Amino acid sequence: MTETTTLEIPEGAQNPVEPFLRMDRMPHIWCPGCGIGTTVNCFTRALLDSKVNLDKVAVVSGIGCTGRVAGYARLDSFHTTHGRAIPFATGMKLANPELQVVVYSGDGDLFAIGGNHFIHAARRNMDLKVICVNNMTYAMTGGQSSSTTPAQSISATAPYGAFEPTFNLVALAEAAGASYVARWTTFHVKQLSRSMTEVLHKKGFCFIEVLSPCPTLYQRRNKLGDALETMKYYKAASKIRNGAPTSETALSMKGEIIVGKFVDRDRPDYLELMCHQYTEQLGERYHEQEVPACG
Amino acid sequence: MHADPKGVLTGVHFLDGDHSCCEGALAAGARFAAGYPITPSTEVVERFASRIPTVGGIFIQMEDELAASIAIQGAAWAGVKAFTVTSGPGFSLMMEHIGLAAMTETPCVFVNVQRGGPSTGLPTLPGQADMMQARWGSHGDYGIIALCPNSPQECFDLTIQAFNLSEEFRVPVMMMLDECVGHMTEKVVIPEPDQIEITPRRYTKLPPEEYQPFAPREDLVPDMVRAGEGYRFHITGLTHDERGYPNMGTEAQDRLVRRLLAKLKPLSNGRALWETENLEDADVVVVSYGITSRVAQRAIQLARARGIRAGKFRLITAWPFPAERIRELAGRVKAFVVPELNLGQMVLEVERAAAGQAKVIPVSHAGGTVHNPDTILKAIVEAAR
Repeated sequence: MTETTTLEIPEGAQNPVEPFLRMDRMPHIWCPGCGIGTTVNCFTRALLDSKVNLDKVAVVSGIGCTGRVAGYARLDSFHTTHGRAIPFATGMKLANPELQVVVYSGDGDLFAIGGNHFIHAARRNMDLKVICVNNMTYAMTGGQSSSTTPAQSISATAPYGAFEPTFNLVALAEAAGASYVARWTTFHVKQLSRSMTEVLHKKGFCFIEVLSPCPTLYQRRNKLGDALETMKYYKAASKIRNGAPTSETALSMKGEIIVGKFVDRDRPDYLELMCHQYTEQLGERYHEQEVPACG
Repeated sequence: MHADPKGVLTGVHFLDGDHSCCEGALAAGARFAAGYPITPSTEVVERFASRIPTVGGIFIQMEDELAASIAIQGAAWAGVKAFTVTSGPGFSLMMEHIGLAAMTETPCVFVNVQRGGPSTGLPTLPGQADMMQARWGSHGDYGIIALCPNSPQECFDLTIQAFNLSEEFRVPVMMMLDECVGHMTEKVVIPEPDQIEITPRRYTKLPPEEYQPFAPREDLVPDMVRAGEGYRFHITGLTHDERGYPNMGTEAQDRLVRRLLAKLKPLSNGRALWETENLEDADVVVVSYGITSRVAQRAIQLARARGIRAGKFRLITAWPFPAERIRELAGRVKAFVVPELNLGQMVLEVERAAAGQAKVIPVSHAGGTVHNPDTILKAIVEAAR
């Protein structure tokens, strides 16, 4: 600490994330200790660092706690139906390929009710950036089991402990065809921001899973401590293994958390494939849409 | 504004209703379709898939009808006119997104080529049993528009109307074909582009700092924006205020939901489309729509030949239902005869509008084929007694 350090906030100063948020909607609905806000903070950093044209960024969310991100992002933002953020985003991206379309939603929304859309968008290599905040529970509705709730966890709908096998989201994303796959926790804010920045410059279907505490429901019900305890757990249990085979990254309730960038590959995306096919088959008869897709 | 010539296949054609509907969509300016295969509707998007790369636009076959029915809304907010096509089971899956389109006032068109139901029902055979579902199928209170063509020519003409109305009122519009109309092949005349009137999307002229996505104009319909133009707007299926922000207040709910219905009033009161014949002296009026109206036409002719004063009222706009017109007729006719390929759906509306002033006689049919004209004739004869 030097003598010039002061707690006084100079007039006109603001938190650097404010321009990216709908400040007239604050305070937000997320609980104290919830990790979603941390991910939004990282996202705003990524928007700053990537220097994307913010007028051309659209955020699409489904339903749930993370589904509320769209409502707070001061961008063109769409809070759609439960599980269907990806197909909405697909329509938007195809209709205007100039847009950078970011899907921001939770594990229940993207992988249970919306699971089919996720794998098909990844298969198509649709140029979407999908950020999944995985809090391992349906938080908005009171902490029921999701397709990522680890075995033995107690949830509102698994009062004697969950026993269903879970999805390993990053393995699923890779298998379905994603161009970019990473996992971080809300402890890894630098790495998460960097990954988010990377995907804003990467073409094709990109997926980032962010493990996040839900202290109100998941952690409390499972006696895993508060948000701070969870940060300590994330710090202690996480191992950064970039490039690790996603088959070796399964999660459990209290076990090791493999984080890192697992996949970063180049595959032609949907619009490239479409343009190529139509150009090859139709030649000069192929007429591009208003906002050209063929780059 | 006139149609963009790129999408207009001017000329005299021999087309089935499904293909003609596709040409109507292209002429109307639709440049995005998302679909999922389902009989007997698939020909609409098959033709679109074949035509759109030479016109300029997108067709995508989605993984299911839930996806198709929301992909079109993403496309609409990106600035294009978009539609999807389906039949019974797929229409059921689309219901949530019809509600989303109504709530977010997203202009888009849903084509439903009706088949026999319920469930998988009669995939290749006609029905008209989705009429109430079209109106009420999604949860909550909302309004939609539904149009019922009875020929391939009307499939073309009314699809253009459907897009125009969806832009004017910012509602999802249903094109309610049936398997017969979808698959019958007839002459279709597609006019010159400058003979086709197109309603463009009404974008706001206000700058971003003054614009409110759900502040209605005098006609109760708000101006639109599209993504990517710096408005930084928010759209949600939650109850929202004029800014588009979620608002869980009962007042916001009341104001919004009442407006979603009220904005359609001009259509139910005067601008509804219908076709009538011989109503001046009619004792019995046959109310029908879609393929059934063509069978009813024969029954009316037979009745007239027997000296019965039968008239025709063909619903073209099924929703909003033209209740005032039916009520007015009810005051001066003996009876309405309502044949339809279901066990009694639009007949309930006729009854409601007639309000006991005239008899209302359903001629129901579970679907799978069309009525025998004699069945309708018999009902007319009995009604005239």
